[in-house]
Amino acid sequence: MPSSLALTVARYRPERESEPSFQTYEIPFRKDWVVLDALNYVKDSLDGSLSFRWSCRMGVCGSCGMKVNGTPKLTCATFLADYAPGPVRVEPLDYFPVVRDLVVDLTDFVRKLKHVKPWIIRDEEKPPSEGEYLQTPEQLDTYKQFSMCINCMLCYSACPIYGLEPGFIGPAAVALAQRYNMDSRDQGAGERLKILSAHDGLWQCTFVGECTKVCPKHVDPAGAIQQYKLTAATHWIKSLLLPWGTR
Amino acid sequence: MSAEPHYTLYHPRWYRRRVSVWWWLRKWSYAGFVLRELTSVFVAFFAVVFLWQLWAVAQGPEAYTQFLARLKTPLFFVLDTVAFLFVLFHAVTWFNLTPKAMVVRLRGTRVPDAVIIGLNYAAWLVLSGAVAFVLLRA
Repeated sequence: MPSSLALTVARYRPERESEPSFQTYEIPFRKDWVVLDALNYVKDSLDGSLSFRWSCRMGVCGSCGMKVNGTPKLTCATFLADYAPGPVRVEPLDYFPVVRDLVVDLTDFVRKLKHVKPWIIRDEEKPPSEGEYLQTPEQLDTYKQFSMCINCMLCYSACPIYGLEPGFIGPAAVALAQRYNMDSRDQGAGERLKILSAHDGLWQCTFVGECTKVCPKHVDPAGAIQQYKLTAATHWIKSLLLPWGTR
Repeated sequence: MSAEPHYTLYHPRWYRRRVSVWWWLRKWSYAGFVLRELTSVFVAFFAVVFLWQLWAVAQGPEAYTQFLARLKTPLFFVLDTVAFLFVLFHAVTWFNLTPKAMVVRLRGTRVPDAVIIGLNYAAWLVLSGAVAFVLLRA
């Protein structure tokens, strides 16, 4: 087992340089350390100027997504031991503008997420006095997987379509739209269909499938998109055959 | 001010990386995806050959013999072999992806992916067998 390990980190300091460079730090190797621990060690003991996002350290908040040796990972769940004896190369997520070092700007995703209306839409709300909307465990089971998304953006970073067509609504946004479409309490599927089957919607996806592979929460956004393509296509055929009966 | 890059407080100078033309060579899974997309060209090739065959049949026995002679040339043998391998890759990769698009629920539980893939292969075998039966009976 090595006693130390080379951690190569992408640096970008916009006030000083016009493009990113790499900086290598020698860090102690510890079996129980994840990449995020190594970054925090650098920040605390070697170079306080290094910038990166993190919060919960337990794979729930989705803040610490970065590329580790070329693959999008949650750095709080990526053990250094899996990369020993090194070097380990940490870069910001692909396809998002880099603000500083390992920090990327996620405004584009937040805008797209809001666009797909990820909340329960009711034709008519029932008054609280009538009680809650009930749901069976089977009904919960149909969408539960998609509700596990933590917006960590690893799927966007793995999606070459998002890189090539930045207008593409993207894997997580479709998975989260599908999470509400399949919810038995929701009645907004028709509204979302218009948004999702638009030009920059789900048909941009050509099913590379990498989004599902990198997802740390097993959400399977690629599956969500393909299933939704089937729904959209069925709806389209119905609207051709029965133009009066597709509401 | 110095000649350093322009920087305004609260308006960060974002760095945007461009996607390389060779992005699909970065990973085997990306290359596999591009190959799968390319297979459509060979599926189209088989369709064109089939249309050509129909045309030859309609023209009469002489044209059909000529068509068969063309197919036996080394050029067509190589083209057909390559096209067949790509079409096979097309069928296998798409069959393996079907459970992603088709979620079947029976009595509240999701039918396992392997069953859906297996049923696709079974249907493929049965249909191929039926076609072979019709062709070889004569």
